Amino acid sequence: MVKGSETVTGKDRYKSGVMEYRKMGYWEPDYEPKATDVISLFRITPQDGVDPIEAAAAVAGESSTATWTVVWTDRLTACDKYRAKAYRVDPVPNAEGQYFAYIAYDLDLFEPGSIANLTASIIGNVFGFKPLKALRLEDMRFPVAYVKGFQGPATGIVVERERLDKFGRPLLGATVKPKLGLSGRNYGRVVYEALKGGLDFTKDDENINSQPFMHWRDRFLYCMEAVNKAQAATGEIKGTYLNVTAGTMEEMYKRAEFAKELGSTIIMIDLVIGYTAIQSMALWARQNDMILHLHRAGHGTYTRQKSHGISFRVIAKWMRLAGVDHIHAGTVVGKLEGDPAMTQGWYDILREEYVPTNLQNGVFFDQDWASLNKCMPVASGGIHAGQMHQLIDHLGEDVVLQFGGGTIGHPDGIAAGAIANRVALEVMIQARNEGRDYVNEGPEILQEAAKWCSPLKSALSIWKDVTFDYESTDTSDFAPTATPSN
Amino acid sequence: MPMSNPGNRVTQGQFSFLPDLTDEQIKAQLKYAIDNGWAVNLEYTDDPHPRNTYWEMYGMPMFDLKDPAGILMEVNECRKTFPNMYIRVTAFDATHGWEAPRMSYIVNRPSSEPGFNLVRTELHGRNQGYSIVSYATDKPEGERP
Repeated sequence: MVKGSETVTGKDRYKSGVMEYRKMGYWEPDYEPKATDVISLFRITPQDGVDPIEAAAAVAGESSTATWTVVWTDRLTACDKYRAKAYRVDPVPNAEGQYFAYIAYDLDLFEPGSIANLTASIIGNVFGFKPLKALRLEDMRFPVAYVKGFQGPATGIVVERERLDKFGRPLLGATVKPKLGLSGRNYGRVVYEALKGGLDFTKDDENINSQPFMHWRDRFLYCMEAVNKAQAATGEIKGTYLNVTAGTMEEMYKRAEFAKELGSTIIMIDLVIGYTAIQSMALWARQNDMILHLHRAGHGTYTRQKSHGISFRVIAKWMRLAGVDHIHAGTVVGKLEGDPAMTQGWYDILREEYVPTNLQNGVFFDQDWASLNKCMPVASGGIHAGQMHQLIDHLGEDVVLQFGGGTIGHPDGIAAGAIANRVALEVMIQARNEGRDYVNEGPEILQEAAKWCSPLKSALSIWKDVTFDYESTDTSDFAPTATPSN
Repeated sequence: MPMSNPGNRVTQGQFSFLPDLTDEQIKAQLKYAIDNGWAVNLEYTDDPHPRNTYWEMYGMPMFDLKDPAGILMEVNECRKTFPNMYIRVTAFDATHGWEAPRMSYIVNRPSSEPGFNLVRTELHGRNQGYSIVSYATDKPEGERP
């Protein structure tokens, strides 16, 4: 959909009044993005009768320098440089009325090291823009110079593994259930049993903060008793994600300091605390040798529908820049949204040093992470030991597999649930390393182990028919067909 | 009194929840490391404290040994020399972005694993100071088996 530049130049460009965005310099089809440009890809759905190129130019304008009318004060600035430039508009395959619009932004439009500043530009105004029916931020490309302005993950996958002394296998976790209502004492019991049984981590849920049934100090004290007891019982480093999410930064710092004083290896925050708060906690975590877990609470409100919002791959990029060590990124086989190809794209974005364009996985740009630490994806929600071969196949080994119900709901108790998961994991990693066709032989490999591990036998029999086989809503536009969830 | 975890053993490493690996199984894991271009190292200790990072090195990492059977011979030499110690296999990845261990698993254990004492110190308020102490190191180093 290339048409030549229609940009008006000279005196006519600044005649008072309203001018189409495409004529103001926000549509430059001949523009070649510089290596130092930030690039955004939007999916735009123009209102009926609105030309897609004008819509793309409007998005470029409203996310950079433009306002609705011509202003002479542009002429006091290097405005050609500061105008974002829509340079390519493609129809979305098999989606009438939707277009992919590529927009390049000069690096000088952004303050270094600030997700808040970036997002105020890129998603600040344009999502409510009347000429558009819907708008989705699909992907972004960050130049190395911009990436280098961020701290990145406070700890990173490599150092997290070294600190925990755990190599060559996914880490295992569980979210304490029920998520609300347990007293501190009862809550710590779940933590102790799960860690002693063989998990590496337990986790507060996103909405466990400081409620009438359990105030935060009580939770922290009982949890750390449980963690230390489990470490002494196993000789392994253990952790529990103490959720420090609170109403103010002051309160979050206070809770984080207490977690540190008690010797916790890891704390947790929720995505809903906001980008600036997340960056602050990441700085604190780097300063205090703390692993920082992020629960992506709330993301489904804007990531799930393909027509409007922000793709999770963009959130994943922002969070790696912002500096979290863990982020929930889907399970493929579990109860929450996650198409296999899309999930692979998210995991690559979090874990790789260089992520090449891969349209089938929804990755629209090459992204060089410039040695920024790797971020550990977390798979949580409706997964169990019987899926171990599929989980390792889809998600690899640098991932935290969280079996909440799959541990705590075990008929023989929480420790038995943990044993089942750990044995399933170790036996599958062993088979993979031995070169066995573990994906196809997975069920047999688990059954073989169940012969000598009765907790695994119980787990396999109770959850054998549990699958969550629903069609994904957030799928690739470039895959030949929509992929089922297992 | 056995250790209080269900397997009654230190659970560090990739395969502590499995029955002890046979020589054939160890060889298969060594081959996986070699095929990935990682250097295998053997380390031993009598103190499996979870924060005891630096076990004693049994020689240097075997950067140039590409034969799993040859490394397995080293494993067995190490076991013969230190039958009552913990011995682990570690595989190091030198590629950029990792430059860290990629595998770690135990291939030898003492006949009895006495575990750890959790020592509590009363601090301010309800805070406890926790120390984990290996029972294996109760005696001075020169007097241990």
